[in-house]
Amino acid sequence: MQPKSPPNPIRRQLLTSITSLLGFVGVVFAAIPFLSAFKPSARAEAAGAPVKVNISNLAQGELMTVEWRGMPVFVYKVSNEAQNVLSSDKSKLADPNSAQQQQPDYAQNDTRSRKKGIAVLKGVCTHLGCAPKFYPDASTQDFDPNWQGGFFCPCHGSKFDLAGRVYANVPAPTNLEVPPHYFESDSTLVIGSDGAS
Amino acid sequence: MTTETRAKKFLGWVDFRFPLTEVFERHLSKYPAPTNLNIWYLFGFLLIVVLAMQIVTGLWLMMNYTNSAEEAFSSVEYIMRDVEYGWLIRYMHAAGASAFFALIYLHMFRGMMYGSYQKPRELIWLGGWFTYLILMAEGFTGYVLPWGQMSFWAAQVIISLFSSIPVVGEDLATWIRGDYLVSGITLSRLFAFHVVLLPILLIAIVFFHILALHEIGSNNPDGIDVKKHLDEDGVPLDTKPFFPYDISHDIFALGVFLIIFCSVVFFFPTGGGYIIEYVNYEPANPLSTPAHIVPSWYYTPFYAMLRAVDFPLFGLTAKFLGFATMMAAVAIFAVLPWLDRSPVKSIKYKGILSKIFLGIFVVSFFALCYLGMVPPTEIKALLSKIFTVGYFSYFLLMPIYTRLEKCKPVPERVADA
Repeated sequence: MQPKSPPNPIRRQLLTSITSLLGFVGVVFAAIPFLSAFKPSARAEAAGAPVKVNISNLAQGELMTVEWRGMPVFVYKVSNEAQNVLSSDKSKLADPNSAQQQQPDYAQNDTRSRKKGIAVLKGVCTHLGCAPKFYPDASTQDFDPNWQGGFFCPCHGSKFDLAGRVYANVPAPTNLEVPPHYFESDSTLVIGSDGAS
Repeated sequence: MTTETRAKKFLGWVDFRFPLTEVFERHLSKYPAPTNLNIWYLFGFLLIVVLAMQIVTGLWLMMNYTNSAEEAFSSVEYIMRDVEYGWLIRYMHAAGASAFFALIYLHMFRGMMYGSYQKPRELIWLGGWFTYLILMAEGFTGYVLPWGQMSFWAAQVIISLFSSIPVVGEDLATWIRGDYLVSGITLSRLFAFHVVLLPILLIAIVFFHILALHEIGSNNPDGIDVKKHLDEDGVPLDTKPFFPYDISHDIFALGVFLIIFCSVVFFFPTGGGYIIEYVNYEPANPLSTPAHIVPSWYYTPFYAMLRAVDFPLFGLTAKFLGFATMMAAVAIFAVLPWLDRSPVKSIKYKGILSKIFLGIFVVSFFALCYLGMVPPTEIKALLSKIFTVGYFSYFLLMPIYTRLEKCKPVPERVADA
């Protein structure tokens, strides 16, 4: 018969700790597939593929709504008068020079557009994700007596100008996002890719 | 052998193997209920009935509902038009949700009024609080399922709230949605939560809640510790067994409740837009937000607080602070047992300050409930701020005012109250 070894509480404590720790690591690894299954699936990712839009019929001052990644994207042909307003009247805006990274570098200008005259904006309010409504005309509105034209979010009253720049003192913290886009030709806009250049 | 003795013998056979009679007597027939319980003590029973009703109607709805973005809206219309009594089952489920919240708010208020959260009932209160949290999640996920305009945009706004969390917010919101915007993927995961995960949790927590209650025993409107005076069998003198005394009150209350509930289900099933909002009869359209979106009435106090915080502070955005305020307003109920330093339980024996602050809380709650329903104007935004402060003052100042005030002595026995 082997001699009985004396109890060793420190060794027992160490073994318990190591076993518990390994068990915990195991649980963490086992959680990975379950947590990852929540991420956008391959199909949802694929739906984010670029979409081509024919803009040859878009008139001056007209807005069309395109679906990309399931969300509305506004494509707006800015009229000449509106362009003047955009570069001159910046007093009410929170981020008039688009300092925050809400657009690709090529759209960091007064009209926040890659091609002057065509605004491409995600139609998702930067507050809580509603689709802002388009009020292009400078006229008196319920929500603003001195409205200069732009987008108004019906959910919580955020206001954006025609280039999607947010007004100061509204719930939305940042300008509307400009999605990556490029112009394949004068009449074809591609949303969802920066293009080769 | 007579039928009676045969039944007794069978019961004996079961009791030898499983504590059936013991459990039945301990938790139902002989549960000692204080003799001074009043109308505020009926809502727990009614909540159990509503929970059972929601489970049954929900199960039946699930048999005909389709959880895909393409089919969800039309499958609800199918239930309403083509399934025999489908309209009734759906209206019961929808009105049941509102009834659930109305009853749980009354039940919670009872606890606040009579100090039912105080020692030794902290775990009962926490269990109830957790039930309320899960119920809020149930309400939200269920609301999304018909996939109407309000369903879609409610989901979009609520999930976007998480994007306000600094650094990880955007990725977290995408992770919850499973897509870049709310979509059919989001719908089917919310469906899975609504019909499997949350109901299981809800039933488990309610079970815990009742077990903890039956361990300690019910509080009463005077906050008298009935266990101080026991009869020779160890039963508190100031109690009566649940059967037949308490159950007869409960059954009568159930009758009254059903009269009100059935009037709503049969005559005002949409509740004037408060139970089922009219905008939700339009199918979900991801490209266009309805002009006026509001949450269900039972969330509007918290929605009003979300909107009330419209200023950045300490480098945090207004959007995040609003979200945090809203969360805190729900979470703060959990610490109530540790905020109350009063030596007495019931509001009847607490001092004037406790009465004033409870009054402020009630007024703030109803005012915020209203303010969350109406479009914001400048004056209403200011009122929302004031009532948000009122709401939190009840909780945050409680450690101070419950120590300052002078309380009345609590009687020894119910008969002395």
